[in-house]
Amino acid sequence: MENLTGSEIVLKSLRDQDVDVIFGYPGGAVLPIYDSLFKQNAIKHILVRQEAGAVHAAEGYAKSSGKVGVVLVTSGPGATNIVTGLTDAIMDSVPLVCITGQVPQHLIGSDAFQECDTTGITRPCTKHNYLVKDVNSLSEVIHEAFTIAKNGRPGPVVIDIPKDVQFSKGSYKQKKEFLIPKHRLFNSSVIENDKQIEEATKLIAHSKKPIFYIGGGCINSGPEASKLVQELVKLTSIPSTMTLMGLGTLPASDPNSLGMLGMHGMYEANLAMHDCDVMVNIGARFDDRVTGRLDAFSPNSKKIHIDIEASNINKNIKVDIPLIGDVTTILKKFLTSWKQNNYSINKNHLNDWWKKINEWKKVDCLNFSQNGNTIKPQYAVKRLYELTKDINTIITTEVGQHQMWAAQYYKFEKPNKWITSGGLGTMGFGFPAAIGAQVANPKALVVDIAGDGSILMNIQEISTAVQHRLPVKIFILNNEYMGMVRQWQELLHGGRYSESYMDSLPDFVSLAESFKAKGLRATKSNEIDDVIKEMIEYDGPVIADIIVDKEENCFPMIQSGSAHNEMVLNKNQKQDSKSAEKGKILV
Amino acid sequence: MNTNKSVYETPNVSNPINRYIITVLVDNEPGVLARVVGMFSGRGYNIDSLNVAEVVTNEHLSRITIVTHGTSEVVDLIRKQLMTIVPVHSVTNLENEGSPVEAEVALIYLEINESNKKEAFNVCDFYRARKIENENNTTIFEIAGTSERIDAFIKEINKLAKIEVVRSGPIAISSLERKMEEK
Ligand SMILES: Cc1ncc(C[n+]2csc(CCOP(=O)(O)OP(=O)(O)O)c2C)c(N)n1
Repeated sequence: MENLTGSEIVLKSLRDQDVDVIFGYPGGAVLPIYDSLFKQNAIKHILVRQEAGAVHAAEGYAKSSGKVGVVLVTSGPGATNIVTGLTDAIMDSVPLVCITGQVPQHLIGSDAFQECDTTGITRPCTKHNYLVKDVNSLSEVIHEAFTIAKNGRPGPVVIDIPKDVQFSKGSYKQKKEFLIPKHRLFNSSVIENDKQIEEATKLIAHSKKPIFYIGGGCINSGPEASKLVQELVKLTSIPSTMTLMGLGTLPASDPNSLGMLGMHGMYEANLAMHDCDVMVNIGARFDDRVTGRLDAFSPNSKKIHIDIEASNINKNIKVDIPLIGDVTTILKKFLTSWKQNNYSINKNHLNDWWKKINEWKKVDCLNFSQNGNTIKPQYAVKRLYELTKDINTIITTEVGQHQMWAAQYYKFEKPNKWITSGGLGTMGFGFPAAIGAQVANPKALVVDIAGDGSILMNIQEISTAVQHRLPVKIFILNNEYMGMVRQWQELLHGGRYSESYMDSLPDFVSLAESFKAKGLRATKSNEIDDVIKEMIEYDGPVIADIIVDKEENCFPMIQSGSAHNEMVLNKNQKQDSKSAEKGKILV
Repeated sequence: MNTNKSVYETPNVSNPINRYIITVLVDNEPGVLARVVGMFSGRGYNIDSLNVAEVVTNEHLSRITIVTHGTSEVVDLIRKQLMTIVPVHSVTNLENEGSPVEAEVALIYLEINESNKKEAFNVCDFYRARKIENENNTTIFEIAGTSERIDAFIKEINKLAKIEVVRSGPIAISSLERKMEEK
């Protein structure tokens, strides 16, 4: 057994966990760890410009690589700056390990300089957290943290390490020597699903109007899950829709894909959800952005729900057959059962169902017209898609209208190419997430589709991108508004645009240039292709400022308080006033 | 009554609200109680009473007993949410365990004088409350039993004397025969 200092143990444990990059920002309470970092070459450190950027970058890294994202920040303000990112990660099930420095133990509780109750503050926004008091338990804690971050439903873990523990000497335990007690992990082997799987496949085989409702769990479960979903969809020809987080599981071009569902989802997808008789939820969680009004949510269907987290079962929607476990494991059994029983769905029924869906498709809910010089935001995303679809491209987004347009008009053919903040809806997420994704995928084209409001929330990270030569592209759909806020004010608050105008925006081109990045701008529709091409070709970070139609709205839309079948397609269609009154109080 | 935690109203009329006793076996490590209690407050569930003590010393296991009220659906969600907490070993809803045996302890300080003494002691006797000797020679009674019995006792004795009450809140245990040693 070697005797190492706490900070050496941190670095050694991270190496043992195959970590090759960490995102961080130094300060007094982590100086010993930064010192150990300085003395080695195996682990690369990406210096961000604000700790919030570090967590989102780690999320982007994790989501695009399937690995655990690692963050290192100091005590006090360093720790409190990561809280939004932790909450974002727990909502979207992103595996992170965040190491925070803490004041030395003898000062804990004394309101010491840069002391805060990090474990107290982060308890509700982590899967688990630790305050390490004994250097001899440090390596075990780190190994356990990595296991917990990845295990079951992934999520963030915080390890708070007092400075004296970083200095003191202790023993190191290797990853392979460490056994985590069973009860501290999600253990799928204890859950018997076989009988329910038989019931589920039988239910589907006898359905007339089935639908697959595919969620982010299929992405989190790893690439094999997407393959299995694709196989199942192909085998059954069941209409399939994906959540915002599930995009990419099924290629957008798959003939059975109805695209995204939910508040700004496809008309046909939402109506099919409403009218189906058997719904198979694969790794989604009946989020309110998906269900719309609950008492009118898919009223006549039997529901099957595959989820790795038991507490998601019957939380929002009562289901008939719950299947608790990893999507990959369950779908394998599912496929075996389907094949062994020689199941197939009655052709006539399925044809009728598709006929109905194809009628809905004729509404062409994403239809828009690009006339004249003013750039329609939809057109901008569409052109971006057309000009990047043959390149290995990863798209991240901020939060707002641009996020929804990205989800609607950018067609994802593969998993892990779409990185967005779904559960928390964190403005400022997309740019640092793009930086993290670029670190994990140096050869990919990484584009953050942004709004003029959101991008200012973490714009400082342009400095990070320049320093680390990360050629990320920021594609701003600049409408000079917090567009999504303005849209809700237009629809629900009599057009009173209270504080949603983005006054005094910077000149994004010169802003980029002041950071030694490249700035580009398109103001007319005929300029957009050239700007996108130049953006792709430029070897370095770019801000492309796309001046778009200022008051364009994002449609189709299930307004708050409405049901799937009350979706509106444009602003001339008014929401039923009773639903609107009720919807107003919702978020 | 909104039984689920969605932003939308619940579709169906829900089951009646009942009292439930939940016991949670946990690793006795720092912060574990805060995790359990924080889950309740963070998700808007109720805690009517709470009790914690280490029960298996050599393995550092504690049992937390929580009395809550809600519909059976809510209590099921509580159970599942508790299971996601890392140091939690097991969660038992005693409702599902046959009729549990339940008990509570109360300590009661009585202001006694010549005029109420006899009657007060009679009531204590009747409820089998036990006088606890103490070095200040004040009148302190201890009563254990179901919460209802303690309630009744307090009501009676309060008619006769000024009192100060400390209660533990109920703890409970399943009365079923054990198949295996519970871990
Ligand atoms: C951190 C944070 N603060 C506030 C909000 C509320 N919010 C949601 S969308 C939005 C407007 C976004 O504006 P912009 O980034 O310009 O995008 P647009 O909607 O115009 O495309 C706001 C303020 C949020 N999601 N996140």
